[in-house]
Amino acid sequence: MIDPSAPDFWSGLFQVLLVGTGQTLYMVGVSLLITIIVGLPLGILLVGTESGGLFESPFGSRRAGRVINRVLEFVVNLGRSVPFIILMVALIPFTRLVVGTFIGPTAAIVPLAVVAIPFFARMVEIAIKEVDTGLIEAAESLGATRWQIVSKVLVPEALSPMILGLSTTVTSIINFSAMVGTVAGGGLGDVAVRYGYQRYSTIHMVAVIIVIFAIVMVLQGLATLLAKRFAHKSRPTRAEKASPALRASVMPGT
Amino acid sequence: MISVQHVSKTFRSGGTVTAALQDVSLEVAEGEIFGVIGQSGAGKSTLIRAVNLLERPDSGTVTVDGDELTALSPAALRTARRKIGMVFQHFNLLAGRTVRGNVELGLEIIGVDGEQRRRRALEILELVGLDDKAGAYPSELSGGQKQRVGIARALAGNPKVLLSDEATSALDPETTRSILDLVKKINTELGLTVLLITHEMDVVKRVCDSAALIEGGRIIEQGRIVELISTAGSRLAHELFPLGDPPSRPGDTVIDITFSGGSADSPVIAQLARTYGLDVSILGAAIETIGGNQAGRTRLALPGNPAGHAAPIADLRRQGMLVEIVGE
Ligand SMILES: Nc1ncnc2c1ncn2[C@@H]1O[C@H](COP(=O)(O)OP(=O)(O)O)[C@@H](O)[C@H]1O
Ligand SMILES: [Mg+2]
Repeated sequence: MIDPSAPDFWSGLFQVLLVGTGQTLYMVGVSLLITIIVGLPLGILLVGTESGGLFESPFGSRRAGRVINRVLEFVVNLGRSVPFIILMVALIPFTRLVVGTFIGPTAAIVPLAVVAIPFFARMVEIAIKEVDTGLIEAAESLGATRWQIVSKVLVPEALSPMILGLSTTVTSIINFSAMVGTVAGGGLGDVAVRYGYQRYSTIHMVAVIIVIFAIVMVLQGLATLLAKRFAHKSRPTRAEKASPALRASVMPGT
Repeated sequence: MISVQHVSKTFRSGGTVTAALQDVSLEVAEGEIFGVIGQSGAGKSTLIRAVNLLERPDSGTVTVDGDELTALSPAALRTARRKIGMVFQHFNLLAGRTVRGNVELGLEIIGVDGEQRRRRALEILELVGLDDKAGAYPSELSGGQKQRVGIARALAGNPKVLLSDEATSALDPETTRSILDLVKKINTELGLTVLLITHEMDVVKRVCDSAALIEGGRIIEQGRIVELISTAGSRLAHELFPLGDPPSRPGDTVIDITFSGGSADSPVIAQLARTYGLDVSILGAAIETIGGNQAGRTRLALPGNPAGHAAPIADLRRQGMLVEIVGE
């Protein structure tokens, strides 16, 4: 039991929150980076290797495209359907292999990235599918290579929904980072459990909730702002075949 | 400049098989504006997309400016496509780029450096009359302006051929005319060969030198318009003159007389009445400006059956008029 009237209570709380927040931002930041680096190309490949897609026959083989598509679909579905708490435990040997330990904020990055990558890849997939195929044809008619189509057409045109997808991804990474903290140690989740739960400090609990809420709000606000900045929506006349698919699939099952 | 030889394309989706193109051959001469007209679903888009191989035909060859596209490797095809600009019905502009950015797209693709790109884009925007909109985004433009950007984008890389897939179909009549005038201007000023497809006869009438009629994936007829209008039984000519189908007039002979060039102002009716004593009724007439020339078609009813009018009809034909007996 912690005594809120003790003279160093508030400075102690501040200290603990500062460290916890730092660790959370570190875990979330690094896993987000990894998520983007892996999830973006994964999402592009998910769309591209579909029949009629840009990469439907990689290395000139239609079969290779189909196989790659199946494998990626399977991996993404697997990654998204296994509950996080099980995934985290199942990944312990792998985490140990990569980081050397499965305790602490750095180790937490592994399961966080693993859970976020398929999630983000799906959102990239949805965002890219929304890009009018006419734009791809226009670029093709100008002699664009596949890489140029991806870099000059698909990614820029899907930027706005991808940023929104990223913000949803971040929110769930923060969520999961709290969970990972309780098991592997570190971050705000750890603070909440060690002080709020084990030592019955409601103040600690409330403080953690406020900080997490603040982080999520700031990130969401930022994402919305950026998404607006990059959205140059055509007039409703023809580009308004908006995206019920996007909304429906943003948070399935969570 | 464009030669399409025996091209066929069949789509299979699900259980349905669509023969979108069936043994289509087409010749577009250098410097002309060639229009392909047909109804929705006739295969027009498939045909024009086959010309730059956005749609690869199942069989047949496509040659543009001496390159047999159907025989090229993917890399060589990309290079060859730089000679072929294309504009689309729905413009297909990148929403995230400004007007200038859109025009520069093709130049970026072929690796033109920044400063030169900018200059070329502004130059071409001036040509299409949009230099004041260089910094605007497509969402801030009207349909006609968007299509001008589409045209500028297609022209930026100095192509030899311009393909237009229903470029004016999403536009109102007035904007359509201004876009067609722009196409005509590009054709004359830059010497660009243009292949356009449309479902509107007015488009063909206004700008085309040659035309083809496509129906159910087959070319029904094609040729230079001046020749088509003096070809008996030409469906395109029939469409060009809005006289409709001939009425049924039992006991009368209905004839269509087409004047073009020199015969355009002969006093036919007076002549028929005076020389042959015929009691002529005028059923309809249309004077059209086709490719800059006046041409007209008059539908007349002559009393009695055709056999009795062999002499006057032969007389008119001798004067260079096309006379078709369309009903009796
Ligand atoms: N990708 C496709 N898959 C299946 N059928 C298609 C495809 N593209 C066109 N078609 C069919 O081919 C026919 C010709 O289409 P299209 O060339 O677009 O006609 P148009 O442009 O003259 O309206 C239509 O019946 C259309 O349904
Ligand atoms: Mg079409």
